[in-house]
Amino acid sequence: MLVIVCPHCGPRNSNEFSFLGERSSRPAVATTTPDEWRRYLYTKDNAAGSQLERWFHVSGCRRFLDVERDTVTNEIRSVRDVAEDAR
Amino acid sequence: MTSHRLPVQPGELIDRDDLVDFRWNGVEHGGFAGDTIASALAAGGVEVFSRSFKYRRPRGILTADFHDPNLFVQVGDEPNVRAGHRRLAPGMNVTAQGTWPSLEFDARAANRIVGRFLSPGFYYKTFISPASLRSTYQRILRRFGAGGKIDPATPPAHAGKRFAHPDVLVAGGGPAGMAAALAASHRGARVMLVEENHRLGGHLLYGGPDAAPPLAELCAQIEADDAIEVLTDSVVSGRYDHNWVGVVERHGGEEHLVKARAKCLVVAAGKIERPFVFAGNDLPGVMLSGAVSRLINLYSVAPGTRVVVATANESGDAAIADLERAGVEVAEVADLRRSSSQLVRAIGKGKLEAVELSGGRKVEADLLVTAVGWTTPTSLLNMAGDRPVYDPAAARFLPGDLPQDVLAAGGIVGDGPVESIVEHGRFVGFEAGRRALTTRAAWQRLTPRAEPSDEVAAESTDIPELPAAGHPELFAGPTDGFVDFSEDVKGSDVAMAVAEGYDSMELAKRYTTATMGPIQGKLGGVNAVAVHAAAAAATIEATGTTSWRPPYAPITLGALAGVDEDPVRYSPMHDWHVANGATPIVAGQWIRPDHYGDPSREVLNTRSNVGIIDASPLGKIDLRGRDVTKLLDFVYTNRWESLRVGAVRYGVMCAEDGVVFDDGVTARLEADRYYMTTTSGGAGRVWNWLDEWLQTSFPTWDVRTTAVTDGYAAMNVAGPRSRELLERVASEVDLSAESFAYMNGRVATVAGVTDCIILRIGFTGELSYEVHVPAGYGLHVWQSLLDAGSDLGIAPFGLEAQRIMRLEKGHFLVGQDTDGLTKAHTAGVGGLIKVDKADFSGKPELLWEGESGAPRRLVALQPVDGSVVPPEASQIVDSATEVSRTIGRVTSSRMSPTLGRSICLAIVDTPYGEGGATLTVRLPEGRDIAATVLDHHVHLDPEGERLRG
Repeated sequence: MLVIVCPHCGPRNSNEFSFLGERSSRPAVATTTPDEWRRYLYTKDNAAGSQLERWFHVSGCRRFLDVERDTVTNEIRSVRDVAEDAR
Repeated sequence: MTSHRLPVQPGELIDRDDLVDFRWNGVEHGGFAGDTIASALAAGGVEVFSRSFKYRRPRGILTADFHDPNLFVQVGDEPNVRAGHRRLAPGMNVTAQGTWPSLEFDARAANRIVGRFLSPGFYYKTFISPASLRSTYQRILRRFGAGGKIDPATPPAHAGKRFAHPDVLVAGGGPAGMAAALAASHRGARVMLVEENHRLGGHLLYGGPDAAPPLAELCAQIEADDAIEVLTDSVVSGRYDHNWVGVVERHGGEEHLVKARAKCLVVAAGKIERPFVFAGNDLPGVMLSGAVSRLINLYSVAPGTRVVVATANESGDAAIADLERAGVEVAEVADLRRSSSQLVRAIGKGKLEAVELSGGRKVEADLLVTAVGWTTPTSLLNMAGDRPVYDPAAARFLPGDLPQDVLAAGGIVGDGPVESIVEHGRFVGFEAGRRALTTRAAWQRLTPRAEPSDEVAAESTDIPELPAAGHPELFAGPTDGFVDFSEDVKGSDVAMAVAEGYDSMELAKRYTTATMGPIQGKLGGVNAVAVHAAAAAATIEATGTTSWRPPYAPITLGALAGVDEDPVRYSPMHDWHVANGATPIVAGQWIRPDHYGDPSREVLNTRSNVGIIDASPLGKIDLRGRDVTKLLDFVYTNRWESLRVGAVRYGVMCAEDGVVFDDGVTARLEADRYYMTTTSGGAGRVWNWLDEWLQTSFPTWDVRTTAVTDGYAAMNVAGPRSRELLERVASEVDLSAESFAYMNGRVATVAGVTDCIILRIGFTGELSYEVHVPAGYGLHVWQSLLDAGSDLGIAPFGLEAQRIMRLEKGHFLVGQDTDGLTKAHTAGVGGLIKVDKADFSGKPELLWEGESGAPRRLVALQPVDGSVVPPEASQIVDSATEVSRTIGRVTSSRMSPTLGRSICLAIVDTPYGEGGATLTVRLPEGRDIAATVLDHHVHLDPEGERLRG
């Protein structure tokens, strides 16, 4: 069980969060092709090492977070509220 | 009282004034409070405690503690009790387990003669062919299982779990662990100290008179320290990411799991004494030096009368002193530190009779004690990522590199007199406290609105070296003996595995099962590595250890399972349903009325008079803000800008892959206030979905989402007389068809309750009103509607009647008539997909599905013989071809009481789904029936006259 430091709630057990997978950016809908769109849906990098992923603090503040995690050591390098970046 | 009990010993744990009676294999025995089962039996002269796993050899005491592989017994209903650890309790019914027909005579001991069939890999080699005999093999092999018996009639125990948040968790309550706990506490840390035995002290407990004063001092200090929580008879079962630590608290036969988040973990697990591999090393009467010291010093039991001691270290020397003090005749001491001295074999039939030493010299004895070295229980360090390193000079593995939040203290690291061990523990504890408090302060800083904690001095403490003492490398003698006592694996078995090509220790371990028994290699693991290395002509360093994995010690399944805490949800009207004869059905987390006796009658009454159903589990989301319409336009496939205040619209939600994942209606109650309903099962999912888009893609939109599923009770009043009924109880709303048309919603007062929401929608296909009431008034409004409608023929209906009516109406259920591959066109809602909208979730996939045509489609299907209801999931086949091909399946089917015939929804390959087509449905029993595809989904009232009236 990891500890994820939520920027709003502080350090919390990872079972308070749901894991939404690697971060992937949504292609422009107007111009996308089936190949590009399905890469967005299904193709993941699955890096051994640093990975940017999305977590949802569903049993806490209900904020969506971008988490940078080392998939080998489980070290969590940064946690940011997605909306802070998206604004 | 019994012949083997010694006079009072200085540190004994037994209370001679407290006699405890118990039974062993049906015979009355006696012991003292403070005895373990094994010590009481040994005091009573019992020498054989179990039969070995494969060869059924008689086995006696080896280590006399928790890790003794020979002391597994059954206590009442509880199997696999460790008799070297479990304390005696009055009335205990102890039996030897897995023996057949008895402990004294085990018929399967003949295995010793046919032992070649039980060689390494014997399962693979022997019991493979012929296949027809496999079940016979299985039946016979079951008999050989070592486990005890459980009684299925025993009521289940519910072992609650708890969470703990110690700053420092110390695994091991010997001198190093106790000193570490004290030092960490002095630094200001809250400490959890976990000890496997019933008392703190580790090896000091049985260390004789010299160990008593330092032990007493440490115990007194721990006792006086409120910041240290001591858990005895408990074990740290595993260390996981970020120092998530599992602790099993034992209370006799009951176990509870503690889930601890330690900021720093100190592993002070000490050392485990290692057996020696030689012929006869498993004969009753052959013991490790620790067992002798425990039996004499803790329980005042003489382990034998005439002893040979083979010693290579101070633990063996201490055992000699203990034996002499206890008056046991020491016939011979073989000092294995001298190369001239050798232990060759133990001789005896069923128990030790003599010992053969160097030069073929035989010495008569009933006790042989070995002291040949140590295994370091590095399990928790392994779990933290450490790879232990073999030190040939010390003849054991030592910790390697540890992460910042894990430290090792005491005997697991090195050796020394008590003062050195305590000193090492103190330094480690002090540093552990610093690291833990640093983390605590950092976490505090990272917690918004938390009180800031004191800053911690940043300088780390240099922990002095605790060097491991030199020790001869003694693993196996010149003869062949057991490497793994729990699995009955000999040195020659490991060597055979190497000869057969298992040159990796990890593979040889699995092939021979050495270290895979209940003792998990704690005793024989290093011996297996050494024997493997010798057979492969490799070094122990190069061979390496096998991985220690959690759990460190076995945990009962009950402790892991804990208490069933799945939430169950009830509507505010639940008690009424129970009182009125509802048959309940589990629907996700909800308990709902399935019917009140006769679902068909409920359907007919609703269609002709008026019915009422508790719809409280419907997902409900309150949406407010200026940009709600934009959000609805994005998450639903259809168009929402034109939705005026007072209107309700149906929508389908698709994921980004175009697959339908929820549907429902949303009402615009005020300019900036909307009320969304979702499927019952999808309530949480949809709420998360809305928030995800709002936060990750549209953070500037002005929308607030609030889940109000439990805030409102909902009931659907359906049927031709529903308006008449509602007019009697609703106020401040005009219910006339002209001003409150189909697909409209109003805020109104119902039965005196203000702020109710009425939605005129029609899942059942009837004129109907969904009434949403603040939950606390749910039962009141429900009862008021029933009272007001008694002369209108009102009757409640359950989930089953609703399912029939929605099927008559052709409404699909997400997850029932659709699955994880059903895109919106396939579900037949193409008309609701507005691809001219700039963007919405799943748009590209739906655009493409629309262009290329859906490969399958949802259709309404009616069997030609209307008396046959094909079960749901019946296959639809094309039998025109030689080999019939599946072209679809029935997704919903019921007998329609309204139409008096069977009706279905089905998903079929598109070419077969044209209206009027006749398809073949294959029933589960293999019979084929014909069924006709309708032009639309609707079986009843396709024009919707009932609905709109």
